[in-house]
Amino acid sequence: MTNMFEAADSVSPISGPPRALEYANDRIFRGIAWTSAFLVIALTGFILWEVGRQAAPAIQAYGLGFITGTEWNVNQGEFGVLPEIWGTLYSSLLALALGGLFGIAIAIFLTQDFIHHRLAMIFRTVIEMLAAIPSVVFGLWGIYILIPLLKPGAEWLHDQLGWFPLFSTDLAGPGMAPAALVLAIMILPTVAAITVDAFHRIPYKIKEAAYGMGTTRWEAILKVMVPTASSGILAALVLGFGRALGETMALAMLIGNANQISLSLFSPANTLASLLASTFPEAGHLEVQALMYAALVLLAITFLVNVMGQMVQQYTIRKFEGKR
Amino acid sequence: MNTVDLTVDEAERPLPQLARQGLEVRALKSGILTGLTWLTAALAAIPLISVIYMLLMQGGARLFGTGVVEVLTGLPPAGFEQGGGIGPAIVGTLAMVGIASLISIPLGILAAIYNGVLEPRSWTANTSRFLAKVLTGVPSIMAGVFVYAVLVAHWGYSAWAGGLALAVLMLRTVVLAAEEAMAQVPQRMKDAAYGMGCTRTQVIWKVVLPTGLPGILTGVLLAVAGAAGESAPLLFTALFSNYYISQLSEPTASLSILIYNFSGMPFPNQIELAWTASLVLVLMVLGFNILARLIGQPKV
Repeated sequence: MTNMFEAADSVSPISGPPRALEYANDRIFRGIAWTSAFLVIALTGFILWEVGRQAAPAIQAYGLGFITGTEWNVNQGEFGVLPEIWGTLYSSLLALALGGLFGIAIAIFLTQDFIHHRLAMIFRTVIEMLAAIPSVVFGLWGIYILIPLLKPGAEWLHDQLGWFPLFSTDLAGPGMAPAALVLAIMILPTVAAITVDAFHRIPYKIKEAAYGMGTTRWEAILKVMVPTASSGILAALVLGFGRALGETMALAMLIGNANQISLSLFSPANTLASLLASTFPEAGHLEVQALMYAALVLLAITFLVNVMGQMVQQYTIRKFEGKR
Repeated sequence: MNTVDLTVDEAERPLPQLARQGLEVRALKSGILTGLTWLTAALAAIPLISVIYMLLMQGGARLFGTGVVEVLTGLPPAGFEQGGGIGPAIVGTLAMVGIASLISIPLGILAAIYNGVLEPRSWTANTSRFLAKVLTGVPSIMAGVFVYAVLVAHWGYSAWAGGLALAVLMLRTVVLAAEEAMAQVPQRMKDAAYGMGCTRTQVIWKVVLPTGLPGILTGVLLAVAGAAGESAPLLFTALFSNYYISQLSEPTASLSILIYNFSGMPFPNQIELAWTASLVLVLMVLGFNILARLIGQPKV
């Protein structure tokens, strides 16, 4: 075969058409890369299929009654996860309310010229480090610091305001309040970091324009900066909520693993993830099937939250940021 | 047409009050909110300071004391036993993070190469990128449930199972971070390489990977740090063991599960060891984090 690129040989060996071996290498490598990318897809499918397959007998046996049932009794073969669903949503909502509020406040604190920007950078790094602390460590901290700290306050609230549903029981140790507080601390860095990014994306002119019109600092923040960053803030809240829903270890250590539905902040409860964590290691054949079903329910809830978050985000982008 | 005669005095309007009015309602509101923000920031710092203080006080006493060798190499104590250490847990965590890294890092970077450089707009790339993002939102315990169904149910608890569960969690991070890092490589550099007659594979190996390496390493190290701190997926894949691993196909100890197990025990010695293990784990995770940050810093 004649070389079509004869000129190339005479110019310099630096550039030239690929040789047959290089072509072959290219083919093989691209094949490997495609396989890897496809494996990510296959893995996701495999996870869904495998968990679904294992849960199938339980789904057939218990149907939708599994979601509305309130008993988890292995001996009688009764399984229901309504208390866990309630506990998951309740603890996550409490954590979101608290962690979201603090997270956004801290993001405002770090971006709206309250402190020198160098100092803000340091604080930001510290917050990201907070996100790196493993959840078991928070669980340990919750058991030995937070619960003893909360106990006297909880006792007083129960004595004084026991008629109020939120304080209707006493804090006997683990319970909803310490669990939700630790959860709030854990999602705070996520919310703060993403909200900080959202504020940073706002062009400086917009802030200047607001101040130029004579707004006070907080009028600028509340009427200009927050609405402009609203889609980013919502994304932060959705992500924080998603993290709270799936958080396992800290909750398994702090929430008390009690199968009951209660509004009280001080009563023990349970979540889907901590039900999995605490019962899986010792589960028998039948119970594993039920747990697989519970895992699917958890997956469905996180998926729904994420989809809803995406939709709300699209809406705020249209409404407040004027982008289409 | 009427003309109005204005004297200079009449034409001049009084200047608005431009000086800051500290007691005006708006200013007051602003001041109060500013105070509240400072308060919030201070309040949020309390748990962090408390966690660090407890780690150093409770965990540090053992770790920086005289028995440091025993703590880092000894076997976990049983019951009322005194002393002991967390050696098997440290080795187990490193082994399982190692397995997870060996699986997920090459696979993740290769997938990122396909998604980011080779065929960014193909069906495979779009789908796998989307699914990697979806997996990010999946609770980490699901990785444990999945591996339990696939491996543990047939072959029992093992370091392989734990490592695989961690690999599932690392994969999503590596894929997304590596793709983002490679997207930062300027198109012109790639074009220059194509212009020299490089194949796409050569462009990737000689231009994209070396240029994107700091970013890729940052993503990889953050994934490793995350995996080291994970506990939920290990709970019923690797289980726990009181002894050093002799082979990878048996139940394996890990720092996070040791903390979980010891946290509920009524013995002060175990609880102190749980704090020590926490300190070791946090130092490990923060070490990877700081390393990631140092590597990822833009070179000036």
